[in-house]
Amino acid sequence: MERIISDKGVEAFTANLLALDRLAVDRTMEQARNQAGSLQVVDRLVVPALEKIGRGWEEGTVALAQVYMAGRMCEELVDRFLPPSSSERTSQPKMAIALLDDYHSLGKIIVYSALRASGYELEDYGRLTVPELVQRVCADSVRFILISTLMLRSALQVKEVRQGLEECGSKAKIIVGGAPFRFDSVLWQEVGADGMGGDAAEAVRLVKGYMEVRHA
Amino acid sequence: MPEIMPETMTSMERVLTTLSHKEPDRVPLFLLLTMHGAAELGCSIEEYFSKAEHVVEGQLLMLKKYRHDCLFPFFYAPLEVEAFGGEVLYFEDGPPNSGIPIIVTPSDIDGLVAPVVDDTPCLFKVLQAIRMLKQEVADAVPIIGVVMSPFSLPVMQMGFPAYIELMYDSPELFAELMRVNSEFCTTWANAQLKAGATAICYFDPISSPTMTARDMYLDTGKMIANEVISQINGPVATHLASGNCLSIIDDVAETGSAVISASSMEDLALVKEACQGKISILGNLNGIEMRRWTAQQAEERVRQAIQDAASGGGFILSDNHGEIPCQVQEETLLSIAAAVRKWGRYPLAG
Repeated sequence: MERIISDKGVEAFTANLLALDRLAVDRTMEQARNQAGSLQVVDRLVVPALEKIGRGWEEGTVALAQVYMAGRMCEELVDRFLPPSSSERTSQPKMAIALLDDYHSLGKIIVYSALRASGYELEDYGRLTVPELVQRVCADSVRFILISTLMLRSALQVKEVRQGLEECGSKAKIIVGGAPFRFDSVLWQEVGADGMGGDAAEAVRLVKGYMEVRHA
Repeated sequence: MPEIMPETMTSMERVLTTLSHKEPDRVPLFLLLTMHGAAELGCSIEEYFSKAEHVVEGQLLMLKKYRHDCLFPFFYAPLEVEAFGGEVLYFEDGPPNSGIPIIVTPSDIDGLVAPVVDDTPCLFKVLQAIRMLKQEVADAVPIIGVVMSPFSLPVMQMGFPAYIELMYDSPELFAELMRVNSEFCTTWANAQLKAGATAICYFDPISSPTMTARDMYLDTGKMIANEVISQINGPVATHLASGNCLSIIDDVAETGSAVISASSMEDLALVKEACQGKISILGNLNGIEMRRWTAQQAEERVRQAIQDAASGGGFILSDNHGEIPCQVQEETLLSIAAAVRKWGRYPLAG
């Protein structure tokens, strides 16, 4: 049998995700699990495929609707063989994602799915105002807070989140994403974020990078 | 440095000339300003949009101040959703948003009825504003009416994630939703033209390849645009609201649209090459970045856009989103307007 965990396998898996061929995606995943452990499948098949799709979106060859559907499919599949309670899930400090005073949830869902499909567990805070978000992050001792925005006004409010977190003694890392940050490449620094994910795959890479630094 | 010559055309003449792919006296400038009108009148954004008279006064003040080339009586994006019975959420520092979706279950689509334009106060208010503006400027300045495309409206009617899943998983319900939205969109566009709008801006961000794969667009957004635009009794500009356009330029031209918006993420020179002689370009200044531009940066961005796309006409300078954020300062807008007069005079320098 051909090895699924290979460049060619990732290529085929990515193509099936983009074509929304659920049966083929399912079949590939099963075959991959017969050849490798669950975490290896996530690391070497799912994450690279989602990264390719993210790059495709950056380059204009993949549409956002495909990014969304691919992320949801991967999240469902990974959940099936690596449920949230699984001891195999990546051990990590507490992480959460929120929509900051914004009603456009697509970006948040895409990033949430991509992180979960990459083996991370995180809490979805939904839509919150600045004081609500600061209170939740401090109360839950969250170490990584991902903030999604579509509106410029919401993106600018990240500055208040940073200030609020400092006031309550939180050292949480803030990772931002969304259209305003994509259109203004220095905005994330202006509002005091620690990092910016231009797409879901970049958000996953950032989280992974922080985790590796913590474990080094 | 180019000499600044007196202008010889009205805004309407300038725009019509460029749309016929000829060079007018200078590059037309559309400052698509909405919320800035509230600041002009010293009132809140919610109060500003509560009366047609406010929007008329705001638009006229901004036309005089910035000496740009259109009137833009666009109130806010969720206007159509409001007409369908949805809620509008106002903010002090940003555009109104749509609130809780009006379509939550499949049966909501089956029972959906297009609003009657004349019986819907929020729509009537816009028509009133257009009529009043028309009385003020007659045919000297284009008045741009706005519709949300039937294909893009569901993002606000039901939320984007649910809409994507509907598109992929429920073709019959999708078709029914498009039928109702198309009927409404056509009527709403024609009502604005009848009230005095010169052209209709057909906002269709979901048709952008940034959002929807081209294959799917050809079967959905394009088919819908073909049908709706053919029934609109006036010129139409397709606006992708910051989304990329390059790979669907020919497709959009085939819908009958006379103009397409370009994203600030795109190479405007490449867009120009693809549009040449077929469809005019609207764009592509970065409205988000504009918030922190210096006067020099504003001038440089304007000069570059003109260099990339203005030759031979077929170009209207504008922001890339179709609405300039209220955080953009008056000084920056004045710098943009001055730079168009400096660098946009035909024949172009260099």
